[in-house]
Amino acid sequence: MSARTVLHQADIARALTRISHEILESNRGADDLVILGIPTRGVLLAERVAGLVSQISGQDIPFGALDVTLYRDDLGRHPTRNPQPSRIPAGGVDGKTVVLVDDVLFSGRTIRAALDALGDYGRPRVVRLAALIDRGHRELPIRPDFVGKNLPSALDERINVRLTELDGDEYVSIEGADA
Amino acid sequence: MRHLLSTRDLDRAAAIRLLDIAEDMADTQLREVKKLPTLRGKTVVNLFFEDSTRTRISFEAAAKRLSADVINFSAKGSSVSKGESLKDTAQTLQAIGADAVVIRHGASGAPRTLANSGWIDAGVLNAGDGTHEHPTQALLDAFTIRRRLRPGASRGAGLDGVKVTIVGDILHSRVARSNVWLLDTLGAEVTLVAPPTLLPVDLAAWPARILYDLDVAIDEGRPDVVMMLRIQTERMRDAFFPNPREYSRRWGLDDERLARLGPDSIVMHPGPMNRGLEISSRAADSAMSTVREQVSNGVSVRMAALYLLLSGNTEEGS
Repeated sequence: MSARTVLHQADIARALTRISHEILESNRGADDLVILGIPTRGVLLAERVAGLVSQISGQDIPFGALDVTLYRDDLGRHPTRNPQPSRIPAGGVDGKTVVLVDDVLFSGRTIRAALDALGDYGRPRVVRLAALIDRGHRELPIRPDFVGKNLPSALDERINVRLTELDGDEYVSIEGADA
Repeated sequence: MRHLLSTRDLDRAAAIRLLDIAEDMADTQLREVKKLPTLRGKTVVNLFFEDSTRTRISFEAAAKRLSADVINFSAKGSSVSKGESLKDTAQTLQAIGADAVVIRHGASGAPRTLANSGWIDAGVLNAGDGTHEHPTQALLDAFTIRRRLRPGASRGAGLDGVKVTIVGDILHSRVARSNVWLLDTLGAEVTLVAPPTLLPVDLAAWPARILYDLDVAIDEGRPDVVMMLRIQTERMRDAFFPNPREYSRRWGLDDERLARLGPDSIVMHPGPMNRGLEISSRAADSAMSTVREQVSNGVSVRMAALYLLLSGNTEEGS
């Protein structure tokens, strides 16, 4: 199998730290920030980013999970997906700066669904998007505000994100279709 | 999931998956915007050959919360009264483009006939057939028990070791049949209590203990859950007990029996209730009663069932 590791654990940590600084910079501080991860691995990344932003800013940043399963436009094209619980922080999202966090940004359809889901919880002042990996091939006019790594890829390649909490080890690899 | 016809078709993993999805659906029903776009463009037909209030309304609410289009059909006022057969009705629905058919029928097995006939491509959801099964009622009962016994931590759990006593008209009850199989699948211990005349003839294959005395069931069984069933006078063409007062005295959940239940026990009833016959008003309205919870949980469970039936590509097995 021709899997090539593109980010090691330390690279992931550095990328998340940089993203956390960039979030604080673009928001001019930590006021009204809410960090929401998209299940499954986006939630783990959101928790880490919220921890880092809290640590850097000295303010407690609320974070949660935003499940998009019930908002997807491709439910009829795949086996039935199980929804995951959404957890919206007690303060809600109205008037907040919401940063959506996902592991891999690809077609943009997940983010489209996330924006619809978010709208049903309230009206954020601003919504930003952070992705650990941007692999290109967008099918919708969506772009990330904060990127861990741009990873140009062929459509038939696979990007694997593995995180310690869920997978036991931690890296990002790219896998060729010819493997 | 292609159809939902019987709780016997659900294995433990499938049942828990449906209950977990119902938890997610229930969460969305706490929001200001309750409607989800999930089943946009799908058409759900409520095909009701028998009267129903809560089941039909519950399915209609569930389908609408998921943005499906709903067509309500009741046999009264339709061409069924002109003698149209189930087959012709089904083919009409096929021509309209129904994606799912929720069917309630007086004849046991009608939903399976519809599902296996090849008359329609739509998924079939059994909303009660004769004295056979009513799977979504059993699922919402299991959902309610799980939520009450494990508040906030019900996801992924079964009902292992939970003692459930089902009391009353077992003979005519599709709710009891669906519950017996589902509760057993989920690991609960089921006891049936009824006068011998209101029990089916052959219970050997049922995974349940049979008692004839409600007082014994309460005092010795120490049930966690007491599920009272409605006396279905509309299906009774014989004398099954001498008179309502005697039934109520021996098999009704009255105030005195209610007081003997453990403080954490729960009292369930699928509705509609005959207050004063199988259940006293105090029992029906007490804090132990889940009657109204069952109704609101019904919407979440039916949303989960419709989601499983209508999302996913059709090539998926089972």
